[in-house]
Amino acid sequence: MLRRFHHTQPESFAFSEENRKWAEAQITKYPEGRQASAIIPLLWRAQEQEGWLTKPATEYVADFLGMAHIRAYEVATFYFMFQLRPVGTTAHIQVCGTTSCMICGAEDLVEVCKERIAEKPHQVSPCGRFSWEEVECLGACANAPMVQIGKDYYEDLSRASFETLLNDLQDNKKPLPGSRKGRFSSEPESGIKSLSEMARQKDEFSPAVSLAQSEGAS
Amino acid sequence: MLADKDRIFTNLYGMDDCTLAGAKKRGHWDGTADLIKKGQDWIITQVKESGLRGRGGAGFPTGLKWSFMPKNSDGRPHYLVVNADESEPGTCKDREIMRHDPHTLIEGCLIAGFAMRSNVGYIYIRGEYIREKELLQAAIDEAYADGLLGKNACNSGWDFDLYLHHGAGAYICGEETALLESLEGKKGMPRMKPPFPAGSGLYGCPTTVNNVESIAVVPTILRRGATWFSSFGRENNTGTKIFAISGHVNSPCVVEESMSITLRELIDKHCDGVRGGWDNLKAVIPGGASVPLLPKALCDDAIMDFDWLRDHQSGLGTAAVIVMDQSTDVVKAIWRLSKFYKHESCGQCTPCREGAGWMMRVMERFVSGEADIEEIDTLLRITKQVEGHTICALGDAAAWPVQGLIRHFRHEIEEKIIREKVPA
Amino acid sequence: MSDLRKIIVDGIETEAYGDMTLIQVCEQMGIEIPRFCYHERLSIAGNCRMCLVEIVGGPPKPAASCAMQVKDLRPGPEGAPPQVKTRSDMARSAREGVMEFLLINHPLDCPICDQGGECDLQDQAVAYGVDFSRYKEAKRAVDDLDLGPLVETHMTRCISCTRCVRFTTEVAGITQMGQSGRGEDAEITSYLNQTLNSNLQGNIIDLCPVGALTSKPYAFTARSWELEKVESIDVMDAMGANIRVDSKGRRVMRILPRNHDGVNEEWISDKTRFVWDGLTNQRLDRPFVRIDGKLTPCSWDRALEEASHMLKSGNVTSLAGDLVPVEATYALGQLTDSLQGQKECRVDNVDLPIGNRSGYVGTATIEDIDVAKRILLIGTNPVNEAPVLNARIRASWLAGCNINMIGEPVDLTYDYKHHGTDLLSLQKLARTLDEEDLTGTLIIVGQGALQKQLENSALSIAMKLAQKGAGLLILHTAAGRVGALDLGFAAEGGLDVALGSAEVIYNMGVDEYDIPAGPKVIYQGSHGDRGAHRADIIFPAAAYTEESGIFVNTEGRPQLALKASFPVGEAKENWAIIRALSGTLNSPLGYNSLIQLREQMAKEFPHLMEIDMIQENELQPIEVTVGNNAEIENVIQDFYLTNPIARASAIMAELSYRSKTTTGEINEAAA
Repeated sequence: MLRRFHHTQPESFAFSEENRKWAEAQITKYPEGRQASAIIPLLWRAQEQEGWLTKPATEYVADFLGMAHIRAYEVATFYFMFQLRPVGTTAHIQVCGTTSCMICGAEDLVEVCKERIAEKPHQVSPCGRFSWEEVECLGACANAPMVQIGKDYYEDLSRASFETLLNDLQDNKKPLPGSRKGRFSSEPESGIKSLSEMARQKDEFSPAVSLAQSEGAS
Repeated sequence: MLADKDRIFTNLYGMDDCTLAGAKKRGHWDGTADLIKKGQDWIITQVKESGLRGRGGAGFPTGLKWSFMPKNSDGRPHYLVVNADESEPGTCKDREIMRHDPHTLIEGCLIAGFAMRSNVGYIYIRGEYIREKELLQAAIDEAYADGLLGKNACNSGWDFDLYLHHGAGAYICGEETALLESLEGKKGMPRMKPPFPAGSGLYGCPTTVNNVESIAVVPTILRRGATWFSSFGRENNTGTKIFAISGHVNSPCVVEESMSITLRELIDKHCDGVRGGWDNLKAVIPGGASVPLLPKALCDDAIMDFDWLRDHQSGLGTAAVIVMDQSTDVVKAIWRLSKFYKHESCGQCTPCREGAGWMMRVMERFVSGEADIEEIDTLLRITKQVEGHTICALGDAAAWPVQGLIRHFRHEIEEKIIREKVPA
Repeated sequence: MSDLRKIIVDGIETEAYGDMTLIQVCEQMGIEIPRFCYHERLSIAGNCRMCLVEIVGGPPKPAASCAMQVKDLRPGPEGAPPQVKTRSDMARSAREGVMEFLLINHPLDCPICDQGGECDLQDQAVAYGVDFSRYKEAKRAVDDLDLGPLVETHMTRCISCTRCVRFTTEVAGITQMGQSGRGEDAEITSYLNQTLNSNLQGNIIDLCPVGALTSKPYAFTARSWELEKVESIDVMDAMGANIRVDSKGRRVMRILPRNHDGVNEEWISDKTRFVWDGLTNQRLDRPFVRIDGKLTPCSWDRALEEASHMLKSGNVTSLAGDLVPVEATYALGQLTDSLQGQKECRVDNVDLPIGNRSGYVGTATIEDIDVAKRILLIGTNPVNEAPVLNARIRASWLAGCNINMIGEPVDLTYDYKHHGTDLLSLQKLARTLDEEDLTGTLIIVGQGALQKQLENSALSIAMKLAQKGAGLLILHTAAGRVGALDLGFAAEGGLDVALGSAEVIYNMGVDEYDIPAGPKVIYQGSHGDRGAHRADIIFPAAAYTEESGIFVNTEGRPQLALKASFPVGEAKENWAIIRALSGTLNSPLGYNSLIQLREQMAKEFPHLMEIDMIQENELQPIEVTVGNNAEIENVIQDFYLTNPIARASAIMAELSYRSKTTTGEINEAAA
């Protein structure tokens, strides 16, 4: 896919006070003079702040790190998690489409996206709230098929459970991530076959789902 | 089946307490300082004797890799870099370590860092693993708060800082030199070797890049002994291994098992068998997207280790098992991998940049049957033209699944082409 | 450097240093290795994979010979030398494969491509490719870039070798070009389609191994095989870049660099490369005499007669301009001597010591830049005065050299420590340097530091520092200057004295100086510029591509420029005009051909005929003068318009305009 800056760009960008402090702390992870190392985390934070990665934000981060703009642009266009155009305000749905998910029904999920959001990936729905794309393997293959929305993985999906998920998002709910087949994490659906000792004392949610819950998902 | 007492990752599913306290209760961080005090040579010897081979795909002996690091510093710092850019399709094992058993990794980092005379370690986690990043960072923070990292880490006398760094969506960054480029703030384009990272890696300094699982198993190996670890699996293929089974099995899962377990036992014992029964099996990709698939006939006797699979023109790779039953359009399944490699090719060197797209497009026509029979051989030659001619192994990885498909399922491609040519 | 190792290539044993790459070893042995991305003056990318060779006993796959070093090879059994095969099946099939991959997405537009006939891809496709295509898919199309008036882009032809990115980043020192995106959609691009902010950008045209980057001014005007190619020397600055002038019939079609490790390596500036349209505009193509205040065309006989009368009518002063070869200056010197006249070449009024070559050339060479540990720039902006030399300083800086500067703080494309802008700061710095051993230090003195108001103080300080071991290089801006000074074409007391009592001025190519009112002026030159406008008689002369001539460059290296085409109209070669005039004056000079002239000159100035040899100049420090404090200012205001040929060039005018709009000197909206 050809990746360039979007044709329409905001005037300017600046990190929020909190993000600026965070960014300055990030730089200290790397040796003196190697602050360019922080570019991906900083661009990512800029994207989190704006919803997508804008030209002013890319240049701001480049200047922040003392890098040439072209070098930041190369990074922004190389890594596909950087959204170079606006995405849905409620959710940008990333459907894993690689083989494990594909043979477990990812194509159905893509169909749903086309029907309900937009015919083409990266197109924002008419209401402006949703967009979608098919992404490459997200590394949750034992819970295929799955989608990523924001920070969270929604796993073991079917056409129906995905539709429910979209409905919830449509209704401004914040659905809990994780398995849609009742699995705790990546143990066999039919019941645990190893580490059964541990299984007896498990919490209601896995750590990742709990994190989402602590941020308001329910 | 591996007994629970012999499992290293006793909280693989995250059902137990994931905090430092929980990890300590399960036996991690036990006597770490004493292990370190036994010295670098002892650690490396133990790791060598355990037979541990890298868990990231290539299977290079971990202890040997560590021994390449310079014994004496020339003033440049040494770096440990952990490859947590788990992106090989089918692979979802390191994720479980990082989100559920992170202290195995952190403790491993300290020990490995010490063994290679490094005071700084970076864990490069794939950008999509955001929750995993948060959970791992929380665990690192806990370790710092408890004095397990930082100055005189864990009272070992060794200073060790561990930083978590993330990517932003590029499979190629799982290639070790591309990962280093990315960690330096550049595009993830692989470097030419030599120089190898042990001589000139991160920031031009001696560096060793290891997979998450390779590092995370080390503390337990040292605690329980090299012979304990090497008692599992066949010779030269020792230890326990996390397998991730996806696709057409009744219960896909991630599970730690003994190396050299048979494919059939793995699927039957842990995944409740192939969907529709063993005879409904069509093919298995045994080690992640880049290894050639095995048709059912080979699956019957398949042993899940480096050597058996290599001897049968496949590979253990990341031990990510993708199971396909008879309903699968195997041509399409492999086309999807070609699409993946075309998408993930960094574009640096010619054969991969041009060849990945070409292979995908021919495969695309094979899926629909809009091709000529002769093109099967053409495609095979294209894969040979890519293989071995690129800077990194992505070119090979893109070629192998297609080669495997043609080797074992040429007839299916031919049938599609003939069906398209002769209207029903 | 005793790291010589034995290595066997294609069955032939040879010796090579451990840090040599295999491609270099092969080159040394005369074995051709095809390549696209590899370039000996750029960093190694290893991305094209065309140079793959087989390493016997190595991994079962070929290795990139551009990156693999001799020391990386493992010896064969029983310590036998490592073996490399460049023509084995493995190597050949690898190349064939790579070639096919390069071609599948390359357009089949060779017939309309300016690179045709000198295209690496075309040549290597013939040599290493196959003659059929198995590619049935659609070819990729790529958007073109607008890189400005010099470099035309056809990005669909690009093979992503990244030479242009590496050149602009590493050599030119600009950060505008890059490769965005990834995979087959990766694009070589300039940031947001910016035009390149470098006066070395034309080099990427040469570097591009395909027709992706071509010369815009040259576009569709000629085919390489129909051009007459002549080796020459550039006169746009005093570095003496080695060039090749390509012409079709009488017309210069383009100018390209030639390699000279000691001078320009293989780069040239955009002024050098693109000035050629100035050779056809504003030319003086016949003699003129001023009649009733108006310049009127006339015959050569009439002009020579008038000049002869004029020269006999009063005190003569001859001036030699910036672009004049030594032969013409030598002839004019003899003519002037026969008229007991004055001579001067320092028409910009700088204080260059007469007869002291260590003072007007210095003691160092351009190559000394490469090994310098520290460089001190005084009163120079090498970006404008010698862009290729500046790139060399930049390369040294990249290798760890410390750069220091006194003068106007300008962007040199590398970091430097700025010590001030005036003489006082130089004196202050010199006091600290005086305490040190200055071996490994190179002082580069620009013409800005030699201006009259500095009263020779800067040069005297520099020479004093040179006594402590520092190298000294005087950076000139005029191609003819060092040669003229070698000939002693200068007057004690300088230009003011030379002109003081002048009644007749013989102006040979001086266009950067307004001759004051009063004296009569004979102008000899190629273009209708300032000098011609002030003239009473005009002799039309050859431009630098139209006659053979020797130019001594800024480091004192005589170089021979050959004649690439003929003077326009009735214009004649410079030396021949003087020779003809001497006949009209009835004191004919003692030669009838350029060869005879050179023979005679060689007797008097033997070093001028030692082409490409640099004489060692013994340091003769001049007396240190304190001088009143003054600002040290650079001499070139507009890089693109420094001489009459450049001022006659429409391309240079456009570049000048563009550079002023980007620097804000001209407001585009208002203009």
